[in-house]
Amino acid sequence: MTASAYFYCFLGVLKRELQRFVQQRTRFVSALVRPLLWLAVFAAGFRTTLDGLAIPPHHGAISYEVYIVPGLVGIIVLFNSMQSSLSMVYDREMGSMRILLTSPLPRSWLLISRLFSSALVSLLQVYAFLLIARLFAVTPPAWGYLAAFPAIVCSAILLGALGLLLASIIDQLENFAGVMNFVVFPLFFLSSALYPLSQMREASEWVYWLCAANPFTYAVEFVRHSLWLGFSPSAFWVTTTVAVILTTAAVIGFDPSRKMLAGRPGAH
Amino acid sequence: MQADGLEKIGKDEAKQAAFEHSVCFLNVKYVSVDGAVWGNDYSVSDAINIEGLSHHFGNQQVLKDVSFSLAQGRQRALLGPNGAGKTTLFSILTCLLRVAEGRATVFGNDVARASGKALARIGVVFQKTTLDLDLSVSQNLAYHGAIQGMNPRRVRDRAEQELKRLQLWERRDDPVRNLNGGHRRRVEIARALLHEPDLLLLDEATAGLDLASRVSLQAYIRSLVQEQGLAVLWTTHLVEELEADEDVVLLRDGAVQAQGKLTDLVLAAGVSDAKDLLLGLSAPPGHP
Repeated sequence: MTASAYFYCFLGVLKRELQRFVQQRTRFVSALVRPLLWLAVFAAGFRTTLDGLAIPPHHGAISYEVYIVPGLVGIIVLFNSMQSSLSMVYDREMGSMRILLTSPLPRSWLLISRLFSSALVSLLQVYAFLLIARLFAVTPPAWGYLAAFPAIVCSAILLGALGLLLASIIDQLENFAGVMNFVVFPLFFLSSALYPLSQMREASEWVYWLCAANPFTYAVEFVRHSLWLGFSPSAFWVTTTVAVILTTAAVIGFDPSRKMLAGRPGAH
Repeated sequence: MQADGLEKIGKDEAKQAAFEHSVCFLNVKYVSVDGAVWGNDYSVSDAINIEGLSHHFGNQQVLKDVSFSLAQGRQRALLGPNGAGKTTLFSILTCLLRVAEGRATVFGNDVARASGKALARIGVVFQKTTLDLDLSVSQNLAYHGAIQGMNPRRVRDRAEQELKRLQLWERRDDPVRNLNGGHRRRVEIARALLHEPDLLLLDEATAGLDLASRVSLQAYIRSLVQEQGLAVLWTTHLVEELEADEDVVLLRDGAVQAQGKLTDLVLAAGVSDAKDLLLGLSAPPGHP
């Protein structure tokens, strides 16, 4: 296979995900409604939470809306990644995954293309959200939007790979929704998405350590620092390293025969 | 040029030459510029060559020492009741399942070791529809072309050719969801042929279609074999789809029971027709 074949395949998988995204407009709207509710309602109630606190990368006091936006970017990416994994479980159950796997290109390439296609959809949702967030006085510097691009992609790959890994483990579509509750909410709440880790530590030491061990915390911090033109080496290294580890595990752990032939009694 | 010659020739030329010789039952090989060998030497140029293939799901053995081949430009039907091992065999040939025991090759490419090369020459239609219902006909084909590594311009040209041949060109922008079962199957066949494979695998491709759609699809597939030298391995449950001189492989409980011309097998089994032959396959072991 030539390099161009790999490129065409990559573009084709991206294009298909975009076409599906355009077809499913409600998916786009619901992806925005969730974080906007947090921003408009939850953040309004907690506006005074950070009074007088300077949270890195900010040097002065910031509003809670400014603090929470990177966390909400994280939740958009998290939900989209899980949605994409759900679609993969659906594809596997419906059999359309079979066609992808009859490609002559290496399976690892196909899965990585799938991860990037999911990241692309996350990017569209995130930038739409960031534009709307300007109405709530969350106005990062113009270059911040560009600087956040690799951080969002990296976070999307990390969470997409986690979803892919879960999709490899989970047998049936019905079980996936249940597992999401055990993964999505702990990842979100046990992170720095809603509260700074320093405040978490004041409240509970063990909750702080759980948050500090959560890779989603670092993904959120990576986005937060990038969006405001800062750089957190720990956030960068943890996010990229965990993304590489999870992607490798997801590619190795992916077994196409799993459940493809099951569910059809006597289908031998 | 013949395989033992010095000069290599184009793929289409080699393929056509080998096909013409295979029609005359001449054992001549040709090598195209890409190194592929064409001809009716079973050891090299068989579209499919399966030797001693066995497979287990846990403790259950679903394929037992299966061996058969399919020559280039020929069509063979894989017959057997539910649970005979047909789907497992297709899954192994399309590299969805690993080869546990034995060997399976597609045009000389071992599906376990050279899966990419084997898959590049296979077009497949699975029993269950695998189209993306939310996308249009042409979007489905474009996606397939892309995952085959095809240039988008080439995909557009090939999609137009196949959709026109299958009388689906007017429906190219329709979402697949709006197509009836027969049209969806035709889209799947167009998709399977998009990258110009040399081997077509059809797993119960006519299941759920009305008589007219079945007849039309079968006629089309037979024309591909006769005119383009495509090799076709297909499975069916429907006896009426078989022709008297159909070349068949009978599978039962994961093992090959017999193979050859349908009329010969009917005679050898001492039954009156193909229907009785298949009923015999479906009966429990030891039962007449």
